[in-house]
Amino acid sequence: MKCQSCGEPATVHFTNIVGGKKQEWHLCRECSEKQQLLKNQELNLSAILQTVIGQQLGNPTDELARLTCPACGIKYMEFKAGGRLGCPQDYKVFQSALEPLLMRIHRAQRHVGKIPPHAVADAARQLELMTLRQQLRHAVDEEHYEEAAQLRDLIRAKEANG
Amino acid sequence: MNLDSMTKIPGEWLRGVGPEADIVTSSRIRLARNLSSYPFSNRASTHQKAEIEQSLRDKLQKLDAGPKLEHLHVSSLSSLDRQFLVERQLISRELANSDGPRSAFVSETETISIMINEEDHLRMQVMRSGFSLDDAWTDIDTLDDAIEQKVNYAFSDEFGYLTACPTNVGTGMRASVMMHLPALVLTKQIEKVFRALQKINLAVRGLYGEGSRASGDFYQISNQVTLGKSETQILGEIREDIPQIITYERQARDTLSRDSRQALQDRVSRAYGTLSSATMMTSEETMDLLSSVRLGVNLGLLDDLNIHAVNDLFISTQPAHLQKIMGSPLDGEERNSARAKFLRSRLRELGSNLN
Repeated sequence: MKCQSCGEPATVHFTNIVGGKKQEWHLCRECSEKQQLLKNQELNLSAILQTVIGQQLGNPTDELARLTCPACGIKYMEFKAGGRLGCPQDYKVFQSALEPLLMRIHRAQRHVGKIPPHAVADAARQLELMTLRQQLRHAVDEEHYEEAAQLRDLIRAKEANG
Repeated sequence: MNLDSMTKIPGEWLRGVGPEADIVTSSRIRLARNLSSYPFSNRASTHQKAEIEQSLRDKLQKLDAGPKLEHLHVSSLSSLDRQFLVERQLISRELANSDGPRSAFVSETETISIMINEEDHLRMQVMRSGFSLDDAWTDIDTLDDAIEQKVNYAFSDEFGYLTACPTNVGTGMRASVMMHLPALVLTKQIEKVFRALQKINLAVRGLYGEGSRASGDFYQISNQVTLGKSETQILGEIREDIPQIITYERQARDTLSRDSRQALQDRVSRAYGTLSSATMMTSEETMDLLSSVRLGVNLGLLDDLNIHAVNDLFISTQPAHLQKIMGSPLDGEERNSARAKFLRSRLRELGSNLN
């Protein structure tokens, strides 16, 4: 694309939306500085970010395009357009699209920082429950019904405490 | 909390104490957190936002640790008061200008502030004068733990703290330092510094963060990456990189004082002269002139002022601060005239105190 002002290759692309009216400029660095486009304009970072997220996500597969979060009702296409997720569950629901995006933004896909102290307790509780459920299945398989009943009550009690 | 009494002190970000405070005016750490059982703010109904606000307010009022926090009902504050809090860097522009139930908690020293129903349900920040990220981290880590005892955060083992925008997910942490870099601007090296910072994934913004351009040669430098690195790692990287910029700024100041002392002295004296005698002053021009004056004071080129007085002028001449000090709302023209009048009388007062 060529600079609208001098014909050199355009490196600054600027879209301004005021009251629903869209204006676009494509300029080379020099002309953009001359016109003070970037300087005079309040740089709206979150708007830029939205565009960036939309672009980075690329064209979705049909399956993704149809995806809706059962918890908050946000559609994948809404997230792509707005750049904001709807609820914590979306990280799971849109995981396949998010992981490459996170890789581009952070050059990483996994958290390695602080873990909230209670999440640790929760994780431990989840693990305990999972273990108890395995023992229960084992007990049923082995036809140890008395033990199974005890385990079932224990699981119920633990679930109720959470 | 009496906002009007706050006009008498410059606020934490311009308190002018702490390590390297002549260049690094303040350090700030922000954490983004969300409740696990609600949609993010942008998708929550007004009713849900009211519930979130109510529940978080109750819990924050009963925190076991830390200093006393004052609650501010942002939704029912006047736009002047909201702007005032933005100028003091206690709330974000986004919180000030959005709709619906939202509030803030602020500690008396203004070092801690917590926003409810911003882009994320909870945005907490700790600010310290000077280059003191470690102190800020200790404080905010403790505050975060205290809140987490009462609140179920949205957290996943894989992605960490879950946030409305994927650019904050993971640690949810944005650590930043506010730097006054007039000599790098004057010597036209600032762009070079920015390019170097971008290469190492540090973001540069103007004074009031997102959406604002550098004014008064104040630059906010912060981490961009929040996922895949621990808080300690992120803070360590900033701690290592910022001294380099401090050194560049000091070198630029040395060069200016050595090679163009006359021109620099002239620039500082003209700035001071304009501030002490103009009859109309925009906020923007004030910031630019004060930046030169601040540089002059730090280099010993101006005897009439000390650094605290200059810092105080930076904040007092901001639009909402000025209107609060003057005691009445003023439109643009009136404000420019009031600002010039305020500057003239303050500078005369300060000059005569020292002589």
